[in-house]
Amino acid sequence: MSTVDTRLAYKPADYKSDVKPIWCPGCGDYHVLMSFTRAFAQLGLPPENIVVVSGIGCSSRIPAYTNCYGFHGVHGRSLALAAGLKVTRPDLTVVVASGDGDGYSIGGNHFLHACRRNIDMTYVVMDNHIYGMTKGQPSPTTEPEFDTALSPGGTRLRPFHPLVVALASGANFIARCFSGDVNETAAVLVEAIQHPGFSFIEILSPCVTFRPDEKAWKDLVHAAPVGATNDPGKAARRIMTDDGFNTGILYRGNRAPYQPAVEATNIDLSELEKDFEL
Amino acid sequence: MGASPSISIAIVGSGGTGALTTGNFLLEAASAAGWHGLFIRTMGPQIRGGEAAALLRLAVEPVESPPDQFDLLIGIDWLNAHRFGAEIKVGPQSLVIGDPRGGDAPPIVEKCGARVVEVPMKNLAKAVPDGRPNMVALGLAARLLGFTAEQLFVPVEKRLADKGPAAIEASRAAILVGFEAAAGLKFDKHLAPPKPGNAKRWLLSGNEATALGAIRGGIRFAAAYPITPATEILEWLAPSLTKVGGTLLQAEDELAAINMIIGASYGGTPSLTATSGPGLSLMIEALGLATSAEVPVVVVDVMRGGPSTGIPTKSEQGDLNIAVYGLHGDAPHLVLAPQSVGDCLFTTQWATYLAEALQAPAIVLSDQYMGQARAAIERPADVAFIGTRTAAADIAGPYNRYALAANGVSPMAIPGTRGGQYTADGLTHAENANPTSGAADHRAQLDKRRDKLDGFNFGDHWATVEGKGDLVVLTWGSLTSTAREAISRAADDGIKARLVAPRLLLPVQPDRLAAALKGAKRILVVEQTHGVQFHRYLRAHYDLPGQVRVFNRPGPLPITAGEIHSAITEWR
Repeated sequence: MSTVDTRLAYKPADYKSDVKPIWCPGCGDYHVLMSFTRAFAQLGLPPENIVVVSGIGCSSRIPAYTNCYGFHGVHGRSLALAAGLKVTRPDLTVVVASGDGDGYSIGGNHFLHACRRNIDMTYVVMDNHIYGMTKGQPSPTTEPEFDTALSPGGTRLRPFHPLVVALASGANFIARCFSGDVNETAAVLVEAIQHPGFSFIEILSPCVTFRPDEKAWKDLVHAAPVGATNDPGKAARRIMTDDGFNTGILYRGNRAPYQPAVEATNIDLSELEKDFEL
Repeated sequence: MGASPSISIAIVGSGGTGALTTGNFLLEAASAAGWHGLFIRTMGPQIRGGEAAALLRLAVEPVESPPDQFDLLIGIDWLNAHRFGAEIKVGPQSLVIGDPRGGDAPPIVEKCGARVVEVPMKNLAKAVPDGRPNMVALGLAARLLGFTAEQLFVPVEKRLADKGPAAIEASRAAILVGFEAAAGLKFDKHLAPPKPGNAKRWLLSGNEATALGAIRGGIRFAAAYPITPATEILEWLAPSLTKVGGTLLQAEDELAAINMIIGASYGGTPSLTATSGPGLSLMIEALGLATSAEVPVVVVDVMRGGPSTGIPTKSEQGDLNIAVYGLHGDAPHLVLAPQSVGDCLFTTQWATYLAEALQAPAIVLSDQYMGQARAAIERPADVAFIGTRTAAADIAGPYNRYALAANGVSPMAIPGTRGGQYTADGLTHAENANPTSGAADHRAQLDKRRDKLDGFNFGDHWATVEGKGDLVVLTWGSLTSTAREAISRAADDGIKARLVAPRLLLPVQPDRLAAALKGAKRILVVEQTHGVQFHRYLRAHYDLPGQVRVFNRPGPLPITAGEIHSAITEWR
């Protein structure tokens, strides 16, 4: 559990904007938003020092629902945008929000390289195994037999395993949460934000509109029976063999984050000209 | 033959023979002696074992256009030289030197009537311990051009300093052998003496000038994905940004590169990336985001032959359309084009200034010819264009990121600023940055983004406008220097012509161009595209008075001053 000081200057409501979410009633993302505001309050971070960056999709609407700085960019590129922001502004807390389509399909390559780059930021993917905003097409995590208009009879494709990919690519912190468990998700978020380097949280967040079957997730999820390991080998075995509903912090690595020095210097720019002088 | 204002030299060899090194040394020696010069490298796609040619033009006056033909051609070997046949024109006045063991000279050399002599460069090099034929060629060229051998030692010693005294000695000895071998050769063309009192001189490529201009303009973050022929910009920036407290991040692809610089700029750091056509294609979507979210960024496109992979190592101006029209929706942005190696510095610096001042993305259209050419030029003047953003500070009460300011530029809150929290968005948004699909907000923000560009006073830098006459050569980009030389030659024939070349392509400047074209009776549009993109751009946005002719040709061969000169003189 987190050891954060709970004598708080900020309340969760301080991190919430007055913009009304576009999400359907019952969407898991409402709970994720609650976890965000609770975690930020627990950390006592001034809202102006947090930036929530996202791509496109239902979950990517979250920045404007916070009272933090936000960037709702193009589809799939949130991690790249966040990387440029964080290396130039290491003083800011950067949280990236995505979904299974945005993060694992169109943004898949950036996911690999963000894990590998290990810049100090937290990546939250609200995974509902469906493209919700475009009304129910299969995503990389959709089950092979799930029937949709775009994939009659199912995709018959093996689902993508984000946690394994994250581990293999070098993510420094890996967790799985269930959106309905707001307290646990907030606690994991607090640890993820505090942990140096690239922290990845897969949040199972049901789409009650296009995947009403996901209402059953609340009964399927269960807390991980053992705590986080820092051994990638053990973590690999564990996340490759669990049932996909094992929640909690699964891996906590100790790689140093990537952060180039960006201190302002006062050198005379004419020094750069010396290469060219005859 | 008397003293010439310029001499052109080509040195060819199969990959790895060092033809390019030889050309660079000649340019450096000539520049140190006070001449101006231009060095164009040309090569095939192979990294090693292909072919390479150094194309060199030395001149009394500043020179940036390719020569019509070469006065001296040295083939260290001819193994792949036939591939350059069209690029290296020689004529009856030219001297061609080949090695008897270097294979047969390309047929084009035989046909043109040039004088061909043989010098056994390979064998001469063998007589020197660790001697290399390209250094023998350097000695040959030095003597024929009227240099002393010592003048060549200076750049050689500078370049080989880290290889040790033995390497330097081997090169010096080989140069001397070549120098002696040239004793009996007849080459009566020589350069007029340099003009004394030249200002501080620089030797640099357009890509290097671009990178320095970026830093001078305030760029402190770059994202990099390698691509020919833009990579040198990024490679120069990598260590240089670190020196000035900035940083460079290598991206996993161009999609990441453009989004990285948007993120960095959103955080308050002026940011740039450099690419070529294929990369620009991938960046277009995010350039629309930067337009909508009003985040300044600079994207340099060093154009190469297209479409698709095209000819990565050769020049063309074919990315004009995508730079101007590529963005979906109505997305006003800046497009600029440098006009010479030195102007790459100014234009990139100015682009950075404009992007920051107008909170809009700027595309800078350089090209392979100018980007990879090295030129000996006078040090470009310092200019005061340093990117400064209108930032929101001391925010009390509700903050409207996209407030409808009179000039369209609304103060931008930088993360960390208390009370300025907003979400930058590619969605249509209201003044307070919140997403909306309302007609009034959509229209108001489209107007805002258009008006902030259209209402800005870009001043005289928008174009080069030179000379008088009712004949106007209307061109852009690296062809500006070539057109200038053509106009100068036409003046020698008694034909007066004007040069008009916009440096600012977007937003368009119809009133300014109308003034520049005032009194024109004939307009010769010159561009290096197959699809007459520049002419169509002009027709879409401007009135062209009088008769209009277009001289256009695709790459890869650069358009020469001779070709433009002919187009001028033939139009009677």
